[in-house]
Amino acid sequence: MEPNKYSAETEAIIKNYTTLNLGPTHPATHGIFQNILTMDGEIVVDAEQTVGYIHRAFEKIAERRTWYQITTLTDRLNYCSSPINNIGYQLAVEKLFGVETNKRIDYMRVIIMELARIADHLICNSVIGVDTGALTGFLYVMQEREKIYDIFEDICGARLTTNIGRLGGFERDFAPETIQKIKDFIKGYPKVLAEFEKLLMRNRIFMDRTIKVGPISAERATAYGFSGPNLRAAGVDYDVRVSTPYSSYNDFDFIIPTGTQGDTYDRFCVREAEMWESLKIIKQAVDNLPEGKPYVDVPEIVLPPKEEVYSKMEPLIWHFKVVMGEVNTPVGEVYSAVEGGNGELGFYIVSDGGRTPYRLHFRRPCFIYYQAYPEMIRGGMLSDAIITMSSMNIIAGELDA
Amino acid sequence: MLQKDDIISKLKETFASAILAVEDPDGIATFTIASESIIPVTQFLREQLGFNFLTDLCGIHYPDQELPLGVIYHLHNFQENVRVRLKAFVPGENPSIATATDLFPAANWMERETFDFYGIIFEGHPNLKRILNVEYMDYYPMRKEYPLEDPTRHDKEDQFFGR
Amino acid sequence: MTTYTKVAPPEGFSAPGLFATSFEKVLGLARSYSIWPLPFATSCCGIEFMATVASHYDLGRFGAERLSYSPRQADLLMVMGTIAKKMAPVVQQVYEQMAEPRWVMAVGACASSGGIFDTYSVLQGIDRIVPVDVYVPGCPPRPEQILDGFMKVQELVKNESLRKRYSPEYREMLERFSITPITPAGQH
Repeated sequence: MEPNKYSAETEAIIKNYTTLNLGPTHPATHGIFQNILTMDGEIVVDAEQTVGYIHRAFEKIAERRTWYQITTLTDRLNYCSSPINNIGYQLAVEKLFGVETNKRIDYMRVIIMELARIADHLICNSVIGVDTGALTGFLYVMQEREKIYDIFEDICGARLTTNIGRLGGFERDFAPETIQKIKDFIKGYPKVLAEFEKLLMRNRIFMDRTIKVGPISAERATAYGFSGPNLRAAGVDYDVRVSTPYSSYNDFDFIIPTGTQGDTYDRFCVREAEMWESLKIIKQAVDNLPEGKPYVDVPEIVLPPKEEVYSKMEPLIWHFKVVMGEVNTPVGEVYSAVEGGNGELGFYIVSDGGRTPYRLHFRRPCFIYYQAYPEMIRGGMLSDAIITMSSMNIIAGELDA
Repeated sequence: MLQKDDIISKLKETFASAILAVEDPDGIATFTIASESIIPVTQFLREQLGFNFLTDLCGIHYPDQELPLGVIYHLHNFQENVRVRLKAFVPGENPSIATATDLFPAANWMERETFDFYGIIFEGHPNLKRILNVEYMDYYPMRKEYPLEDPTRHDKEDQFFGR
Repeated sequence: MTTYTKVAPPEGFSAPGLFATSFEKVLGLARSYSIWPLPFATSCCGIEFMATVASHYDLGRFGAERLSYSPRQADLLMVMGTIAKKMAPVVQQVYEQMAEPRWVMAVGACASSGGIFDTYSVLQGIDRIVPVDVYVPGCPPRPEQILDGFMKVQELVKNESLRKRYSPEYREMLERFSITPITPAGQH
């Protein structure tokens, strides 16, 4: 603020403002961001944001790693739904290599991505509950999230940072037990979700705390580059799964829920509705899971079977070449996006034919929409600012890359 | 329906001299624009052709080119569901380009990030300072000449197995 | 009926109506089952920590039900996730604000050594700025591993000498990290 920008009267008002530091390790920020708030009593007048407290230089690392090794990095972007990041990256590389995957791979990916979306939305929505003073819902749905993690563990061996699948498919097929676990989840989950909704959705206190809190109009949201549930809550029905269908999403029957106000309550409701839709998609995918191989026959990116690598010379050389990146990489550039847990997760790859990407840029949705935060909380109470932040689903790891 | 060819012909009609190259690498029409006309072109795309969503803005560095530093814009038209990609290259000495924040508020942080990584100055930007790195950093880490690794580590100094 | 195991008493001398042991051991036992952790969660490991405190794994079973978000009341600083160089002064400040006795647990590869992020912006392990008692490996560690690390901290707390925090060695160690010791010198 420049010293003589305002009149004497305004200066006097500004002098009465308090400055409040929120973060970077405040427990209510759910991540490490710093906000220096200018307060008029309890009312937020302005916020100055500082980010970058967990900048890990993903894009620089990606320039030094082979195509294979970058999937591990993408885990750590939006760690609430890392399978979506993994598969999003794999789809982008497959687009660069011009690989077409079969329906089975697509359906398996869809199942995993939708499970991840549910896990992501569950955390976000239950944390809105925690911030409005209802810890019950959080403890309740965490149990359900453990079941999703259990399924991921069956598929790839890890819970959170999954590194699921491979370029060109999966390393192995779903085990029958995994399919059974997914079916059990579909059966058991609606009851829990309905109960969770009953706890909060028509709860008077929750509604009073969230309706008309942190609103944004459709025009401003588009201008600020919002995407995902936050944009849809503002009333724009943009979803990457529908606008540019990837991984056979056009085979499934689902709707895009939208809100009207763009406030915290709408964001909550859109996420709830999306979880129901995800469940619908998983059900369709599991019921119609086509037959086929779980990986494509493209030696440039697909590793040979492990047993052969250990016993035969040729597969060993092949394995070595793929891992070291000594394959024929096409020259070109690709932008490929998937619908991540909190918006359009884009991968912009520039390849010069080398063993690593020449440039890999991640379009990280929350980095782009978090800049609208001061505008959304201006004029509201301090407690509303906290709820607005948790309802925007901002993930520090993704934001700071 | 707005087709890719329509966009190309309309842009070529209006900005004949500013468009240096047109490509189509991955189904997205890609234009290389002279850096001084990037804002008029973006404005035309936004106001005349309905590209009202700035998907992405990032930098790139080609050390061997005459104009080594580049800025890449991805725009999206929601109604027609078309994307375009714009590229503008700037010199390595005093790289500067006009800011897009007046057209898209979303460009604010993306330009700060590009400045932080590549040192490209966005003229007219309301608050152009480092965003992800520490303020006292004195180089632009994403440029190709700078190393990735942390310089303070000595445990990896090994003749055979070191980095 | 639920069966439960009582915490075993420390070594001591017992007779009818009497139990004698050293003050140190009683204090260690009491402290180890009432640790107030300060979750300093920055990234992925923080999400696993959420799972650890939530219903399924329940850190509260180990006497750490009460998470202390204020460093003043906390006993154990649990650093979970990558610490960037921008964040490093904050970690040190939080550590300095904690009262003695204080313990530090580095959860996950990033907090322990920088992990996969050997980059210009990431601090290569928090033991460069604060002394660490327990390292938990994993990227991220599973909740069971975090619990195991927590039990290791309990073990340390239980067996700590009352004089340790006043010893010249301890003060020297803190000064190596440029942290001013808060316990007075030369007592006990």
